[in-house]
Amino acid sequence: MLLEVSSITTTYQGLVALDAASIDVAQGEIVVVAGANGAGKSTLLKSIAGMERPRSGMVMFQGERVDGLAAHLVTARGIAFVPENRRLFPRLSVADNLRLGSYLFRREADREAPIERVFALFPRLRERLEQRAETLSGGEQQMLAIARALMTRPKLLMLDEPSQGIAPKLVDEVFEAILATRRSGLTVLLVEQRLSESLEIADRGFILQTGRVILSGRAGELRDNPEVRRAYLGI
Amino acid sequence: MTLQSLAQILASGLLMGLIYALIAAGLSLIFGLMDVVNFAHGEFLMLAMYATFGIFAATALDPVLATPIVVGAMFVLGAFVYLAVIRYAMRAKANIGMVQVFATFGLGITIRGLAQHFFTPDYRSIQTSWLAGHTLDLAGIFLPVPQLFGAVLSCLSFVALFFVIRRTDFGRALEATREDAGAVALVGIDKNRVFALGWGLGAALVGIAGSVMAIFFYIHPDVGSSFALIAYVTVALGGFGSIFGALAAGLLVGLVEAISATVLSPSMKAIGIYAVYLVVVFMRPRGLFGNL
Repeated sequence: MLLEVSSITTTYQGLVALDAASIDVAQGEIVVVAGANGAGKSTLLKSIAGMERPRSGMVMFQGERVDGLAAHLVTARGIAFVPENRRLFPRLSVADNLRLGSYLFRREADREAPIERVFALFPRLRERLEQRAETLSGGEQQMLAIARALMTRPKLLMLDEPSQGIAPKLVDEVFEAILATRRSGLTVLLVEQRLSESLEIADRGFILQTGRVILSGRAGELRDNPEVRRAYLGI
Repeated sequence: MTLQSLAQILASGLLMGLIYALIAAGLSLIFGLMDVVNFAHGEFLMLAMYATFGIFAATALDPVLATPIVVGAMFVLGAFVYLAVIRYAMRAKANIGMVQVFATFGLGITIRGLAQHFFTPDYRSIQTSWLAGHTLDLAGIFLPVPQLFGAVLSCLSFVALFFVIRRTDFGRALEATREDAGAVALVGIDKNRVFALGWGLGAALVGIAGSVMAIFFYIHPDVGSSFALIAYVTVALGGFGSIFGALAAGLLVGLVEAISATVLSPSMKAIGIYAVYLVVVFMRPRGLFGNL
């Protein structure tokens, strides 16, 4: 397994946000984590990214423990995280936001290597290079956030609600981009409210409820699961 | 007033203004980076002056040559202050603003107390140095060479600062950390490292000013406070966090000081500065170049 999260418990503002949750992601997979608001989905990603400290449990990435590492070191290990509110550098240009993505690389060739792939995924970013990030539309900001994450040349890309707050047409573009990054060999861990769309592109999924993993399986199995259909797909 | 004496006033004002700008630049840099006002900034200036004096007293090395040593030492001091004091003050769970004020204010008082203890309250000065006592006669306008040296160093420092911020990785990391310190880890930047280097850079800038001012000011444990007050006004005038606002405001403060010293009286020169400050803050609360 590329990523193995074993039984982590994370408290957030005194409340248990994750309660002995375990998930795993294999190389090359798209895995979706779903669940209602407050189920602990964001906390799960933050705990993996080093932005929250799990109280107990273990996070293994490529066979090494990464829980307890500072967040910038987790990024250096190859886990790129696009948080829910994107956290772009709003008053810096699109170009500077992208350049910051390759901060970890010293050689110019390493820095520029991902840029063409990023522009191929999100052509409109090339037209916006000199604009401040804050002037982009919600969808474009989401694209820039994913692009910046790809500039770190990650092995695992974690996305928290990439479809939130963006126009429906751009949602498709973002989902297309996720599929395209997987085709180029990247592994994706996705948190999404739009379960039906994400199960279409995912290989496997985990359902969280009040901090616990209550269901997991192949995307097709989850789609056919009566409980999932009733509670999350509204069918 | 003749044209020549007017030119003389403006020239003196601009020279001192560039030095004020240099003192304010470090303060503004640190504020912009992490929203912390360093109330020990004047004490940093005082330490740089003593360091220059100490090197001169011990080795007779001229202040001009001692400047790089003093600046390097101040850089280390600034980074150390962040890592040893400020980093912990930033972790306060409640009332973080006040905790930071008291942390830097307390640090300033501590440094001043230590200076009084170890250096005594005596006024010191560097008696003989290459630049002291020389003036440049520019078509009847007299420019004191030490101030001129300070002004040139100030200009060079701002050019270097501009280059660092706009053209280097560290500068881009600095800008990103200013924008969102919590997000820089997403691209692999260690914000504590940026903060420590930012404090180092801020202290180094005031170190340049201090090592020049040691040539033409008396050095004593309280020397920093009056300049720090001018620096706070300069930073507020230029817009908190705007480094180039600090440059413009420093020049303005220098000019206003020189003009009010002539028009009013030398003892009233500070009144002009604070009057301009009040007018600007009343009309533009964010300062001239502030975008907070």
